Amino acid sequence: MIETRIEPPKPLVTITVDGVEMTAPQGATILETCRDADIAVPTLCYLDTLEAFNACRACLVEVEGSRTLVPSCSREVTEGLVVETESERVVAARKMVYELLASSVDLSLVDGETAMFMERYDVDVDRFGTADRPVRAVKVEDDLYIRDYDKCIMCFRCVAACGPDAQNTFAIDVAGRGLKATIATEFDIVLPDSACVYCGNCIGVCPSGALMFKTEFDMRASGDWRPEDQTVSRTVCSFCGVGCNLELHVQDNRIVTVTSPMDHDVTSGHLCIKGRFGWSHVQPDDQ
Amino acid sequence: MSRWDGGLDRSSADDRVAYGGFHKAASQRHLLLPALHAVQDAIGWVSHGAINYISERLTLGPAEAYGVATFYDLIATDEQPARVAHVCDDIACKAAGVDVMLDDLERELGPPRTDLDGVMWRPSPCLGQCDKGSAAFVQVAGGDHRVAAPASAKQIIEILRSPKPRDHVVAPTPRQVGAPTSLLARVGSQPTLDEYRADGGYEALTTALSKGSAWVVEQVVASGIKGRGGAAFPAGIKWKSVAAHDGTKYVVCNADESEPGTFKDRVLLENDPYLIIEALTIAGLAVGAERGYLYIRDEYPIALRAITEALSSVRAEGLLGEDILSSGRTFEIETRRGAGAYICGEETALFNSVEGYRPEPRQKPPFPTDAGLFGRPTLVNNVETLANIPGIIRKGGAAFATIGTDDSTGSKLFCVSGNVSEPGVFEVPFGATVRDLISLAGGPTSDIAAVLIGGAAGAFILPQDLDLALTFEATRERGIGLGSGVVIVFDSSVDFVEIVNRIAEFFGDESCGLCIPCRVGTVRQAESLVRLSSSNGDRTVELEILDELDRVLRDGSVCGLGQAASVAVQSALALGLIGDPA
Ligand SMILES: Cc1cc2nc3c(=O)[nH]c(=O)nc-3n(C[C@H](O)[C@H](O)[C@H](O)COP(=O)(O)O)c2cc1C
Ligand code: SF4
Ligand code: SF4
Ligand code: FES
Repeated sequence: MIETRIEPPKPLVTITVDGVEMTAPQGATILETCRDADIAVPTLCYLDTLEAFNACRACLVEVEGSRTLVPSCSREVTEGLVVETESERVVAARKMVYELLASSVDLSLVDGETAMFMERYDVDVDRFGTADRPVRAVKVEDDLYIRDYDKCIMCFRCVAACGPDAQNTFAIDVAGRGLKATIATEFDIVLPDSACVYCGNCIGVCPSGALMFKTEFDMRASGDWRPEDQTVSRTVCSFCGVGCNLELHVQDNRIVTVTSPMDHDVTSGHLCIKGRFGWSHVQPDDQ
Repeated sequence: MSRWDGGLDRSSADDRVAYGGFHKAASQRHLLLPALHAVQDAIGWVSHGAINYISERLTLGPAEAYGVATFYDLIATDEQPARVAHVCDDIACKAAGVDVMLDDLERELGPPRTDLDGVMWRPSPCLGQCDKGSAAFVQVAGGDHRVAAPASAKQIIEILRSPKPRDHVVAPTPRQVGAPTSLLARVGSQPTLDEYRADGGYEALTTALSKGSAWVVEQVVASGIKGRGGAAFPAGIKWKSVAAHDGTKYVVCNADESEPGTFKDRVLLENDPYLIIEALTIAGLAVGAERGYLYIRDEYPIALRAITEALSSVRAEGLLGEDILSSGRTFEIETRRGAGAYICGEETALFNSVEGYRPEPRQKPPFPTDAGLFGRPTLVNNVETLANIPGIIRKGGAAFATIGTDDSTGSKLFCVSGNVSEPGVFEVPFGATVRDLISLAGGPTSDIAAVLIGGAAGAFILPQDLDLALTFEATRERGIGLGSGVVIVFDSSVDFVEIVNRIAEFFGDESCGLCIPCRVGTVRQAESLVRLSSSNGDRTVELEILDELDRVLRDGSVCGLGQAASVAVQSALALGLIGDPA
């Protein structure tokens, strides 16, 4: 028998966001409250299926009485909180966060939301021109996925997805510190020699294009990657009985990548190697 | 289920399966840094095999252990010589002219960061020996780590090459001047436990046990003492808040002292270890903790030895452990060594370091008093804050509060270094001015150009402002922090561009890398300063960049490191010490 515990409803607190009073359940974050109210707040590292890292600072908002700006992704609402989501101070900080980020990594494949906010804040990606930055070569170590840490924005999502928040494999972690920090296996050994089980959950959460299916990487290299010509069909994985939902991304009648819906209650967007990569048997060989 | 398979001295007892389950085994993670230290100490670096072995024993992923190991400057994951000298090239030593010695060293030994016939040297951030004007900390694999302060090239080479290396340190002279609380009373005498007790030591613990925890906390509240570690938070509030929680709690003595220009905690730890241990014991018993951690930076091997010896003496005398002084109360202290990372002094980074995670700070709230070490309510105090506690208990909080000013009670240790005749640690009641301290330190060696208050995270003042009282309130009013009590005097021969660039470089090197403003902003700030001082920089553009970096660092950084990373730079610009059109 499945027991369903019904929690008593959370008491509501009243807060003011951009001059508008609204209520939110106790325990909700400022970010959740804003998004429920259709107030756009950018994020880079936050993902609602993972624990908040407080790392990127794109989601900063101004909270009355606070000495510094506050990360909306992790600050819980409290009664009477007064929040400004796009004050001059907030915009200045967010713009600088993007400009600094752009000076340290290649943002060419960053997600659409980020690109939109960068335009909105008039971000000058060349502001720091010849700035020093670690240049990192693409890691192509197997036929399943590639790691291009030159694009990595250090959002830590992949580490959480590989580790405590989803896969519990701990194949990768942050190594080094400061601007030299990067995501790595131990001693930077190649993935096939590491603990990686090729669930591809890191690819599923990566917002920067740093982690990519080998198919997509190769198609981009040959100029054949055309997202506008792709269709997505939803199906249930047939390998086992768990019932994971798959989204098959198809271009020119061929599956090119596989994802799982973030809001699917079985997977929360996470899969295993079979669902993620085990589709070669359903389509004819290239030769 | 986890497997244990022993080491070289594998015994049949190791050949077993532990049915503790994953979570029980994972609770060993806090031993990660001590395990890395053990390998580093014995071999001089930590190999891939060692990481795999440690990971297996502690049931964590090798990538996690590698991530932790690579954070720390003093843990090497590439093979390196068995002896490595870390030689200070930081601001106080620079002011005192250390560059001459560094040139000597390079000429006589060879270039830095290079294997020189089985030894190596490299420049280091402040080693907490600033009164000596030059310093080296030498990692000696297979032996005890050594210190030279002041350090000559000859002494450093001797420690690197000698079969039996020893420390080269000059004994400190006691320098308390008209200070009624006598924090430095035993400096220079290095008392044994018996001598410490004959001098009134452990009277406070006896009093604390007889009067009870609530009374002790009340005294700390009444004393008005504010934290001496830099944040100036009222200690009483923290003690009260931790005491009010139920269940497992911890106390932590923050002895990471890495703020450039700070060396007071080292002087206390090396000379009066019993005082700190007694104080931490009082703190633990008062707030209801059974375990305390003393987190000490690894560059303080002499202090670590003093503390370790003192801990075994007090345990033998029943002053620590179970049933302390027959009170039925239990309290134990564990020392933890840092491994070369300034950020570990930030309290939440310190917790992560002890727990075996990468020492990245945690977002506050929650505050340590609610959820700190191992997620439990935790009291963190600086060494000097704790050093005041036995006196507060003996004489009462109210008596302590009469010393100093209303908002800055008690006396304070100041670390005076740079261009003064007799640099050192001075204890003065709060209220003394910068000028007072400089004259206690024998006066400036020549014309003062500027004084840095508060360390790398602090701000400069000009000679016309030497009458500034070094109290929390007077400095706050001027928009500068008292920090950890740093007073570095710079005379007119000092190149401020070089000093400010060194400060900026320090923050870039020490940023943990968690948040974008600090990870990238500290490095961009250092680069902009270099462009500003070079002839081809566009002054207007650079000043605008520095100003905007200042804003985002202060507004957007997760922790105090990033939030303070532009303060000294901005004050140097505002005072015209740097950045004036050439
Ligand atoms: C980057 C950084 C470094 C710090 N380093 C130290 C340190 O070395 N020693 C210390 O006592 N406090 C240090 N602190 C302050 C601690 O976070 C904390 O406030 C202090 O240990 C509390 O003790 P207190 O209240 O007795 O001062 C540091 C803070 C920051 C942000
Ligand atoms: S690889 Fe992708 S998911 Fe991982 S930290 Fe970098 S940007 Fe984030
Ligand atoms: S401010 Fe700097 S040191 Fe602090 S969390 Fe951010 S990156 Fe790390
Ligand atoms: S020891 Fe050299 S500056 Fe502190």
